[in-house]
Amino acid sequence: MTTIDVLYFAWLRERIGVPRETLRTDAPTVADLIRELTAREERYALAFSDLGAIRAAVDQNLVELDAPLADASEVAFFPPMTGG
Amino acid sequence: MTVLVQQGDFDPAGILDGFGQGAGAIVTFTGLVRDLPDQTLRQLVIEHYPAMTEIALATIESRARSRWKLTDCLILHRFGAMAPGERIMMVATAAPHRKDAFEAAAFLMDYLKSRAPFWKKEITDQGERWVDSRSEDEAALDRWA
Repeated sequence: MTTIDVLYFAWLRERIGVPRETLRTDAPTVADLIRELTAREERYALAFSDLGAIRAAVDQNLVELDAPLADASEVAFFPPMTGG
Repeated sequence: MTVLVQQGDFDPAGILDGFGQGAGAIVTFTGLVRDLPDQTLRQLVIEHYPAMTEIALATIESRARSRWKLTDCLILHRFGAMAPGERIMMVATAAPHRKDAFEAAAFLMDYLKSRAPFWKKEITDQGERWVDSRSEDEAALDRWA
């Protein structure tokens, strides 16, 4: 098991109810971590119900959901970005 | 080459003082908080991911510099609460010739829209809502592929 900081932004943060948390996980990929989260509680299942609307960053780099977690220390989940 | 992420307003003229000296062309773009067509906008609130924002902006800026011949390049983006009409962000590019400056500025804008970790929320007289990303913004990246 490794320890990982998980961050949430925008409506994901609002639906899950916390901006960040520290977890122990064996999840090999970002998608596996999402599956672990959604199995935990309803609020995660609701927040992650539409994976097409979820973007992720591993150690501050934007990645696809099938990306490995490897030795990541921080994973962030958020909706599509709306800058500019 | 400058990347600035800040909460407060900025003075475009002051920021451009000394920018791109010796260039043949400077292009600047400033984005403002616009009114909504159907409701009264009270505030636009921009959330960001502080640890990632500067990395993402520096990556976007570096891609622009490797693709066009730029002598200078600047990205400034605000976060926090803003009123209608306030400045949100600006980009500036300087190059020997205008084509590089124009194209690089358009590239920076397209990438800032959907590849920089900012999220806009509109606070109106009827409530609040997160701004949806637009498929046109995602499609706009294709022209740079």
